[in-house]
Amino acid sequence: MGEPFLSVQDLRVQFQTDDGLVRSVDGLSFELRKQQTLGIVGESGSGKSVTSLAIMGLHKQARLSGQILLDGQDLISMAPDDIRRLRGKKMAMIFQDPLSSMHPFYTVGNQIIEAYQIHHAVSTKVARKHAIDMLGRVGIPRPEKRVDDYPHQFSGGMRQRAMIAMALSCDPELLIADEPTTALDVTVQAQILDLIRDLQRDFHTAVILITHDLGVVSEIADEILVMYAGRAVERASSDVLFTRPEHPYTWGLLGSLPRLDTEPTDRLLQIKGTPPSLINVPSGCPFHPRCPYAELNGERSYTSVPALKASESGHLVACHLPVETRHQLWETDIKPKLEGP
Amino acid sequence: MARFLVRRLAGAVLLLVITSMVTFAIFFIVPRLAGQTVDQLAAQYVGKDPSQAEIEATKEKLGLDKPIIVQYGQFIKGIVAGREFSFGPDTEYCPPPCFGYSFKTQRPVWPDLVDRVPVTFSLAIGAAVIWLITGVSIGVLSALKKGTIFDRFAMVIALAGVSLPIFFTGLLSLALFRPTGVNYVPFTSDPLGWASNLLLPWITLAFLYAALYARLTRAGMLETMTEDYIRTARAKGLRERKVVTRHALRATLTPILTIFGLDIGLLLGGAVLTESTFSLPGIGRYAIDAINNQDLPQVLGVTMLAAFFVVVASLVVDLLYAVADPRVRL
Repeated sequence: MGEPFLSVQDLRVQFQTDDGLVRSVDGLSFELRKQQTLGIVGESGSGKSVTSLAIMGLHKQARLSGQILLDGQDLISMAPDDIRRLRGKKMAMIFQDPLSSMHPFYTVGNQIIEAYQIHHAVSTKVARKHAIDMLGRVGIPRPEKRVDDYPHQFSGGMRQRAMIAMALSCDPELLIADEPTTALDVTVQAQILDLIRDLQRDFHTAVILITHDLGVVSEIADEILVMYAGRAVERASSDVLFTRPEHPYTWGLLGSLPRLDTEPTDRLLQIKGTPPSLINVPSGCPFHPRCPYAELNGERSYTSVPALKASESGHLVACHLPVETRHQLWETDIKPKLEGP
Repeated sequence: MARFLVRRLAGAVLLLVITSMVTFAIFFIVPRLAGQTVDQLAAQYVGKDPSQAEIEATKEKLGLDKPIIVQYGQFIKGIVAGREFSFGPDTEYCPPPCFGYSFKTQRPVWPDLVDRVPVTFSLAIGAAVIWLITGVSIGVLSALKKGTIFDRFAMVIALAGVSLPIFFTGLLSLALFRPTGVNYVPFTSDPLGWASNLLLPWITLAFLYAALYARLTRAGMLETMTEDYIRTARAKGLRERKVVTRHALRATLTPILTIFGLDIGLLLGGAVLTESTFSLPGIGRYAIDAINNQDLPQVLGVTMLAAFFVVVASLVVDLLYAVADPRVRL
């Protein structure tokens, strides 16, 4: 499969605030190959969106360090205007709330035409034809009519389709979808995910799908990265992560998913506590205050930060627990609870 | 659209009727409650030491002897259809819209009022052009350079502009730049003289509003720049300049348009302080004089003209808003 198309190494994104330095992303590394889909999963404030905006070069006030190589070019050291030229053309992004993400005063077509004309010196007539074409490809009926509608005249799902049409209008090689289905109805969610998967095949796009919902990534991600407090805690292929997850935080996320095959009266397995403050990240393993197995490691839990290490080929975990203990806990303690009686 | 217009026009007429009623009531009923008699009111328009016979004659001439409701009816009839006034042996026809004869000057109100409209229009429109351009540009620059020296300096000046009253800034500017005062010259007779005489009043009035608009624009712009669609525009790879002009400014200016229209409507009804400070013979001056003279027909005329301008301005603003913001359907 060759070199990775996107390679993020030791990325740190920090914001200086009046209360102190916020370490939103703290040493994150991952790779993404062409046409692959990476799911980034984590709670609010785990650094998922900050990471994606860092790749897009959309942080104005942040301190960035590390390396983001997109097709061999380092985005962190690149001049802002050069990154701007890549935005929309080489990498595109869609957002959580498609209504607020589109300008209310311009027609949907107008906004797609604008996106296309930024990177292509074509007449408005040609760009408009392309916009209609794109709207058709994302499954909007009668696109030649709807192209002149305003965003408020579209339904939620249609708006997200239009956003996808806009993002893909310049045929980007990387599409970042930041919680693309969170604001939508459940029935529409599945349609949008199917659409992203189909278009990814047609456009040969690499996709980063950011979500807090493991159910969403399970549908389309090849690889999954679980983030906690600005760090990667587990990274594995989708199959491995769902069949033998090793990090207690991932277990917690899996346990929080409602399932149809358990008794309705059963409580979901919750992760106790709240996500940590990114100004005062807990010492040692950032997850230790919420980890039910922290005592098994004694002092190490709160004195040293666990490194992201391979437990098997392609499966990286940042946990102090010995691999055998993790396997044993999963088999005996967690898996039976998730699968129900 | 047509339904909207009909509804709004009907509402405008109703508003004007209510305005006239309230003005009428304030003029007649409030002093009456405080103990003023009709004779005392009439006596003010006769001269020094009036005799009872003169008072009676004045009462009859001005119609003050009739019940208030009848006087009001005649007033309305005059506006709609014109009315006749009898001065002893002579009768004079006052064509619609007839706001009656001034108690003091014994002249019909409407032509005098119309004469003053160009002065106020010249003042208001000239000042509006200046304040819109300067206020909005300073506001936008301040927002984009938030926290810089420019922003701080501009906002201090703006605070001064909002706080300093016109009669202070106006008199100061007169003393500094034009100690001889200004004289209004109609545009049609001498465009250059018109502009040079109005320059100080324009700047004085515009300073106040530009300060207000700079602060409004800055606040609106800062808020707009955090909107999701601005992030989308940047994510497309749009140049920052275009993000600001095409996306942010468009959204920021739309609500300011509303305020602008209403401000102009209000000013057309008389820029009272500015006209007084610079002795401009506009509608505002007329209003002050009418109130000082307790001249009901004049007060009524100027009140209704001012209300008319506000009503028209808000109608125009609503129509423009529907054009500017596609989410608004009339």
